[in-house]
Amino acid sequence: MSILSLDQPGRTVLFMGNEALARGAIEAGVRVCAAYPGNPSSEIIGSLSQVAEELGLYVEWSVNEKVAAEVAAGASLGGLRSLTAMKHNGLNVAVDFLFNLSMSGCRGGMVIVACDDPLALSSTNEQDTRPYAKMLDLPLLEPSDFEEGKRMVSFAFDLSEELGLPVVVHSVTRFSHARGNVTLGAIPRGQDKPFFDASQGVFPKPIEQTHPALHRKLRQAGERVQAAGFNAYLGPASPELMVVTCGSGVGYVKEALHNLEAAGRVGVLKIGGTWPLPAELLREHLARCQRILFFEEVDPFLEDNIKAFCAQEGGALAGKTFYGKASGHVPDWGENTPDVAITVLARVLGIGYQPPRPAAYAAEAAELVAELATPRTLGLCAGCPHRATYWSIKNALALDGRQGFTFGDIGCYAQGRGPSGFGVMKTMHAMGSGAGLADGFGQLTRFGAEQPVLALCGDSTFFHAAIPALLNARYNNANLLMLVLDNSATAMTGFQPHPGVGKNAMGQAAPKVELAEICRAIGAEVVELDPFDVESTTATIYGLLQDLQGIKVLVLKQECALLRGRRQKLLYRVAVDPDKCRGQECGCHRFCTRVFKCPGLIWDPAAGKADIDEAICTGCGVCASICPAGAIAREAV
Amino acid sequence: MSGQIDPRNVIITGVGGQGNVLASQMMGQALVQQGLVVTIGETYGASQRGGSVMSHLRISRSQQWSPLIPEGQAHLVVGLEPLEALRVMARYGNPQVLTLTNTRPIRPLDVIAGNAEYPELEVILSSLARLSQKVWTVEATEIALAMGNPIFSNMVILGAMAGLGLDWFPLRRDSFQEVLGLLLPAKAMASNLEAFDRGQAAVQALPL
Repeated sequence: MSILSLDQPGRTVLFMGNEALARGAIEAGVRVCAAYPGNPSSEIIGSLSQVAEELGLYVEWSVNEKVAAEVAAGASLGGLRSLTAMKHNGLNVAVDFLFNLSMSGCRGGMVIVACDDPLALSSTNEQDTRPYAKMLDLPLLEPSDFEEGKRMVSFAFDLSEELGLPVVVHSVTRFSHARGNVTLGAIPRGQDKPFFDASQGVFPKPIEQTHPALHRKLRQAGERVQAAGFNAYLGPASPELMVVTCGSGVGYVKEALHNLEAAGRVGVLKIGGTWPLPAELLREHLARCQRILFFEEVDPFLEDNIKAFCAQEGGALAGKTFYGKASGHVPDWGENTPDVAITVLARVLGIGYQPPRPAAYAAEAAELVAELATPRTLGLCAGCPHRATYWSIKNALALDGRQGFTFGDIGCYAQGRGPSGFGVMKTMHAMGSGAGLADGFGQLTRFGAEQPVLALCGDSTFFHAAIPALLNARYNNANLLMLVLDNSATAMTGFQPHPGVGKNAMGQAAPKVELAEICRAIGAEVVELDPFDVESTTATIYGLLQDLQGIKVLVLKQECALLRGRRQKLLYRVAVDPDKCRGQECGCHRFCTRVFKCPGLIWDPAAGKADIDEAICTGCGVCASICPAGAIAREAV
Repeated sequence: MSGQIDPRNVIITGVGGQGNVLASQMMGQALVQQGLVVTIGETYGASQRGGSVMSHLRISRSQQWSPLIPEGQAHLVVGLEPLEALRVMARYGNPQVLTLTNTRPIRPLDVIAGNAEYPELEVILSSLARLSQKVWTVEATEIALAMGNPIFSNMVILGAMAGLGLDWFPLRRDSFQEVLGLLLPAKAMASNLEAFDRGQAAVQALPL
């Protein structure tokens, strides 16, 4: 039983934005859903996977976003409705296929949800994916609240099927990972049999037919979106300022006008269908006033396109005064918030605004927090196997002494660039890029490079994108040591299974692909170890570095501490013997808390001894092997 | 909800891994069952790795407000960790704010490493008292550990919130129980309800 699959039309529930989008797909009769996890998009397919069996859906975690888009499109070519969802980086991976699909068209309704992460709250970079829709010539919808998100996805399926064109729904973290009220609709129970009509092929060519057809479809889409009511004007007949906004901006502008008591002066043009531009709507409402403010997140997508539209239209749309990113009124990076909207609108309207609390209070609060509340540096969890791995790499590189270094990748282990991974990880780019970068540096021995290079990635990242780089390194005979940190899950995004786990998205048993076997088949020398055995791991890394000819792979296999914790399974009961603990004495100087600094360890200043926090320790037992005095005892559970 | 203030703004704050998101989700779902319009904004993702995690709840009779609370507009701050309760005051506190906090510290990485000190609990509580209209405490982690698993701390805190007796925060035990049934496996019902009840009974006002 899940709230997502409740068959109670009319009931109102609280849904995460991602669940609202998933429910929209369910109510539209989606049958096939595929994605690679990536925040903030993960819970769309994740929540659908929980109800797949009950609702008769097929839901999969694909190995990467391009494959996921192809799986969804394959189902669409079979006449079924399909959904794929991805974060902004994921869309970058999928677009090569999508630029062909937009021209060939699809058959069953196909919806692509692209979730951006302004301010990169859980991402490596910040990126606005909306310009892709324009480049792809695909319709783009941006929900501004949860109920609308559900309705938009349902509508997107109808539109896609009508036009034979995928439709993009765009979300951001503050929609996907926020929650709000949604009223449930009916769940259809149709079971059409899939069929691929092979009498006609599906090709992006001939261009002289497909590209003009695509543009015709896009114009039709604009008309259909306008009729669906996702675009609206809210405000007085003759406002002194028109705010053009979309997505998360709609709520922030509403909040700002409430706080500034300015709703009577300002018009809000809410655009739900942001590509193609709603020409009729713009003609009608932009003529209402002279001053126009664009309030949107990250890139000036509406701003640039609407300015060009006004220049083209002329007449009543000519000579406007524009406020936005180009004028410096709206930030051109990062997240918008109600406070940003208040600041922007107060400035443009000439209103003096003070937050509703005394300045003296704000000053005292800021002072107390600055004095007492030490910031929380992000770090690896208590008992995380990656900490043990980084410990071993750090020590092995120090022993080796040739200034070797580690190129890294995307996942929890990216914390390895900070203090909890001892600063071991030196790069972080796209999925699988650590292996590719090491591949490049691994060619430099011919130019006299003497530093050994390590690449590091997680198990899910390995399957997603590291295999081609490793294959390339083998083929072109680069010299590198690759470490695969196998914690049996896509831990960073919520423990989704992957090809190496033996389980699929729907919880069914699946064939298990051994990543060590893939590496051996490529021709790598492969060693497999438990990273909690820091002594062997350190010695092995050191040993592998001594004769680094060709590619070597060390697979470090240990389950994610959070997954183990869910089963309440301590590996060891760990305790500090205060009589043996040297504390701050010479030869130790709080080695465990100062240097190793697992959150399960605490320093008791009164006693001058280390201790274990029983509420946090997950019982990995690694600190027992690093204590120089042997004062940390572990007892197997 | 009594009074004209709409929305009511609640912040639940803590450290990654404390169950902040599940607690706010359960509370929000229960309030929606009771006919209210709730928006929750959450910060997590990378934050779940030992960082501060904050949920913003906007509780309204009529409107879907944005998922973020404007500066200085929190009505109730709930700390799953005491230092985190204090931290949110810098941006969201005001002289009318009500504060409920767990008493068990989780030390930031810099404190573990010896680069910074964690203040005495009394210092945190007296600072919260200076910045709040009223402060309540609950030993949520200790109650949860007594029940056998620190994971119950968040449900103890939810019970404590219900135990504050705020007329505008009408979290009812029966709607909480219904939500437990919707969101958690049946075998988890009794223990979570027990945690809720223990929290409701154990919440204490800080003497002024």
